[in-house]
Amino acid sequence: MNEREKVLDQYSGRVFKNRKDHIIELDEAGVPQVIAANSRSIPGLMVNRGCCYAGCKGVVLGPIADAVVLTHGPIGCGFYSWGTRRNKAKPEGEGAKNYLQYCFSTDMQEPDIVFGGEKKLRQAIVEIMEIFQPKCIFICSTCPVGLIGDDIQAVARWVKSTYKIACAAFSCEGYKGVSQSAGHHIANNGLMKEIIGSGQAKNSKKFAVNLLGEYNIGGDGWETERLLKQIGYEVVSVFTGDGSFEKMKNAHTANLNLVQCHRSINYIAEMMKAKYGIDWIKVNFIGIDETIRSLRSLAIYFDDAGLKQRTEEVIADELAAIEDQRQYYRSRLTGYTAGVFVGGSRSHHYQNLLLDFGIKTVIAGYEFAHRDDYEGREVLPDIKPDADSKNIEQLSPVADEAHYHLTLSKERFAELQNEIDLETYHGMFREMADGTVTVDDFNHYETEKLIELFQPDIFYSGIKDKYMIQKSGTPSRQLHSYDYSGPYACFTGAINFARDTYMSISAPAWKYLTPPWLVSSTLEGSIGGTENA
Amino acid sequence: MLEATPKEIKTRKALRVNPCKTCEPVGALYAALGVHRCMPHSHGSQGCCSYHRTFLSRHFKEPAIATTSSFTEGASVFGGGSNLKTAVKNIFDIYNPDIIAVHTTCLSETIGDDLNSYIESIDIPEGKVVVHANTPSYAGSHIVGFGNMMSGFIKYLAEKSQAKTDQIAIFPGFVNPGDMRELKRLAKQMQVHYIMFPDTSGVLDAPNKGHYEMYPQGGTTVAEIRGLGAVKRVLALGEVTCTPPAMVLQAKCGVNFTALPLPIGIEATDQYLMELSRLVNTEVSDSLTEERGQLVDVILDAQQNFAKKTVAIYGDPDIVLGLTAFVLEMGMIPKYILTGTKSDLFSKRGEALFAKFGVSGCQALNNEDLFTLHQLIKNDGVDLMIGTTHGKYIARAEDIPLVRAGFPVLDRYVHSYMPLVGYRGAMRLLEMICNALLDRRDRDAADEDFELVM
Repeated sequence: MNEREKVLDQYSGRVFKNRKDHIIELDEAGVPQVIAANSRSIPGLMVNRGCCYAGCKGVVLGPIADAVVLTHGPIGCGFYSWGTRRNKAKPEGEGAKNYLQYCFSTDMQEPDIVFGGEKKLRQAIVEIMEIFQPKCIFICSTCPVGLIGDDIQAVARWVKSTYKIACAAFSCEGYKGVSQSAGHHIANNGLMKEIIGSGQAKNSKKFAVNLLGEYNIGGDGWETERLLKQIGYEVVSVFTGDGSFEKMKNAHTANLNLVQCHRSINYIAEMMKAKYGIDWIKVNFIGIDETIRSLRSLAIYFDDAGLKQRTEEVIADELAAIEDQRQYYRSRLTGYTAGVFVGGSRSHHYQNLLLDFGIKTVIAGYEFAHRDDYEGREVLPDIKPDADSKNIEQLSPVADEAHYHLTLSKERFAELQNEIDLETYHGMFREMADGTVTVDDFNHYETEKLIELFQPDIFYSGIKDKYMIQKSGTPSRQLHSYDYSGPYACFTGAINFARDTYMSISAPAWKYLTPPWLVSSTLEGSIGGTENA
Repeated sequence: MLEATPKEIKTRKALRVNPCKTCEPVGALYAALGVHRCMPHSHGSQGCCSYHRTFLSRHFKEPAIATTSSFTEGASVFGGGSNLKTAVKNIFDIYNPDIIAVHTTCLSETIGDDLNSYIESIDIPEGKVVVHANTPSYAGSHIVGFGNMMSGFIKYLAEKSQAKTDQIAIFPGFVNPGDMRELKRLAKQMQVHYIMFPDTSGVLDAPNKGHYEMYPQGGTTVAEIRGLGAVKRVLALGEVTCTPPAMVLQAKCGVNFTALPLPIGIEATDQYLMELSRLVNTEVSDSLTEERGQLVDVILDAQQNFAKKTVAIYGDPDIVLGLTAFVLEMGMIPKYILTGTKSDLFSKRGEALFAKFGVSGCQALNNEDLFTLHQLIKNDGVDLMIGTTHGKYIARAEDIPLVRAGFPVLDRYVHSYMPLVGYRGAMRLLEMICNALLDRRDRDAADEDFELVM
C-alpha cells in the first residue's frame, strides 16, 4: 500500500469512490496526472472550504477600502468577514475614507425573510448615503436573499440613478458553486461590468501595470509595489489589496496585467485581454528565485534596456541586503520537510519559497483550486462544466474600441510565449517531486492521516486546523494570516518567512510536551522491604 | 481610525453598522462543543460552518470541530434531506462521535427543512444519538442560538423521573471554559453534586500532550443530559441566556429552576453560593469566606484609582449585566451598557442596577451596535471601555483604555482560561481595570508628575 492508498483505506463505498480521484501521488516527474477538483464536497466530511459569499465579499471585494460593502442578509456573514482577513489598506488622497474598519449589514430579521428584504435594503442604502456619503457601494447577498428573490440588481440600478454613484450588486449566495471559487468569479464579473473602464483616463504611460490577485495580506502588496515602482513601473491599480475603486476605474489604461493569485483573478485577466487588449503574465512574488524570475519576465516583456538594467540593479541590491540572513536561515532550515495546504494558488507559491531555504514539500493541496491550478492551463479545454459551475455566469466581453490597445505585435507575442509565462500557467504539479501526495479539498481526517504518514517538520495551513496540528506535536503556521506577521513577499519578505518558520520549528516549548515523570519515575523503589531506601 | 463616524446621531431603521452580536448557529456550535464526544453539525452552506469554526478557534486558540451538510444550489431547491442523511452516515463512519448535534442555518430555515422528520428517517447506529435545534440566523443572536441548542439536547434526551437525585444542574451560559471551571470549583467547595450543562472546560482548554484527541476529556456526557430530568433543581446562571432552556426542561421533566445573574462580582457570587448552600444545606466554607474578604479588601485598597470613573460596557447581555454590577460595586459609573442581542430584560435589569446604586445619567441599550456606542462616546466620553475585541477600533479612535472581556476576544491569549466569575474572577477583573487606568495615568503623566508608588 502506498501513502495514497493508506489515506483512502479508511473510506468505504461512495466516499472512497469520490475521494480517490482527489488524492494524487506523483510517481514519475513529468507524467501528467489528472486530479478531480472544483467539485462538490461530501456532506459530513470536515472540509476547510468556505462559501461563495466568502470568496466574493471576503476575498475579492472586502479589501477595497474606499467602497462601502453592504452585506444583505442576516447578521452573521457580515460580522465574520469584518476585519478578519489582514488585507491592509491605507487610502490616500484628500477625503479618502477607509471603510475596512466597518461592517455594514441589513441584519435581516424574520419579517424581512417572509415579506421580502428589498425595502430594508433600499432603506439601508438611504441611511448609508445620509451618514457616510460614499462614492461606491457594493451589495453582497447571503443565502436567504436568493431564495426569497430580492432583486438586488434592480436596487443597484436605483442607487446609480438616484445618487449618481458607482454601485454593483453581487448575487453571491453561499450555496452557489462548490466553494469560495464561485464567489471569486462572481466578484470578477461584477468588477468587470461596473468598475473597470468606468474611469476617464487614457492609456499613456509606457510601463503601466495592474497587479491582479494580490490582497496585501500582511503588507505583501506594498512590498511588491515598492520594488515595481523602484524599477520604474507605474502600478495603475491593485486587485484588490489596499484596493481603491477610484484606481480600479482606470485599470483599463495599463499595458500589462500581472497575475499573482491565478485562482481568484484569472477571469479579470482574460476579460481585460478581450475587452482592452491587455496581455497578462503569471508572476509570483513569493520566494526569492520566483521574485527574480517574475521581475526579469516583466523586463523581457517590455524589452527596454533601461528597465532591464534597473531590474538587475534592484535584484542585486535586494539580494545583497538579505544575503547574510539568507545564508543563516538556509543553513538552519535545509533538510526539513513541509506540508502546504492553503487556498487555490498559495500552496504552489510557497513551495518555491520553501525551496529557497532548502525545505522540501512532501504533501500539498488546495481547498478550492480547479484542475488548471494543479495541472496547468493546458487542461482547460478538457474541463467539462458541471451543474454547479454552469450556474456561474460566464462573461464574454467584446473589444472596447475606445480603449483597446495592444502593447505587442502578434509576432512578438508568439515569440515571447516561448520565453516567459505569457498568458499561461503551468500549475503546481510541475514543481512537486516523486512520492509527494497532493490532496484536493482536503478534510480533517486526511490532514491527520497525512501528518501521521509523512511526519512533516512543519505544516502550513489555516486557523481551522492549526491548533489540531500543533496538538499533534507538529509546528503549524497559518498561510492565510501569516499568524499576524509578514510581509512574506519578495526578498525581505522571504527572510520574514524563514525567520517565522525557524521560530516555529525551534520553539523551546516543543521539548516540554512530555512531563518528566512520565518517562522516569519519581517514586523511589524499595527492595527487599528496606524502608526509606 | 473610524474617521467616517460622525458625531451627530441619526436614527437608523435598516442599517446595522459594526454589530455587537452575531448569528444563532455559532452559539449552537459552541454549546454542542460542551457535550462530551459530540460532533456539532451545521445544516447549511459550507461557509457557515467554516466561519463558525474559524471564529471559535480565533477566540479560544483551540480546534473547534464541526461538520456541514455542504448545501449546493440543488439542495437549496430540493431540500437538504439527502445531504443530512449522507452527512450523518459519514460522520459516524469517519469521526465516530457518540452524538451529533445538528443546528440549522438561515438557508435551511428559509427553505423550510423539517429536521424532525429528517432525523426520524435516518438510520442511526446503535448507541449513537442525533439531536437538532432550530437556529435561524435571522432571529435572535448567538446567545439565543446557544440557548436553543441547549433546549434541543434537552428535548431529545432529558428523561422525566419521579425520583429525584441529589444533583443540582448548573447552566453556566455562554461563558469561557475558565468560567465553567471556576463555577465547578465553587460548587465542589460547597460539596454540591452537580451536572454542568454544557461544559466546555476540558474541551476548549485541552492540554497539549503531543497527540491530538478529537474528543478530549471534557464535556457534559449524554448520560448526564439524560439525567437532567431527575435533578433536584436547575441553577440557570444568566437570566437572558439560560432561562429559556431551563423552562424547556421544566416543561418536559417538571424540574424547577432558579434563574440567577451570572456570578460576576460580589453580590452575584454571594447569591450563587447562598443558593447552593440552601439547596444542599451546607455552610459556605471558610476558604470561600476568605476569598470574598480578600476581594472586598482589594477593592477598598485600590478604590481611589477607579471610583467615579465612567465606563462603557458592551457585549453579551448576561456578561454585560454581570460586569455592570461589579463596576457599580467598585464605585464606578457604567455610563453606557450595550448589547447587540435584542432583550428588553437586559435593559430592565440594567436600569434596576443603576437605580439600586443610585447612579444617574446611565443608559442600558439592547439591540444596538458599536457604531451607536461610538457616537454616544463621541458626544459624551468615558474613562474606560470593557468588552469584546471589536471595541478596539473605538478605543483607539477615542484614546480610551480597553479591558477585554466576553465573546469574542480575538486579539489576546490566555483569557479563555481565566475566569470572570466568582470572587477570584472579580479580583482578576479588578486587576485588569485598575491596571488599565494606572497604565493610562503613567502614560499621560508629565515627568514631574510621574509616580513611583501608586
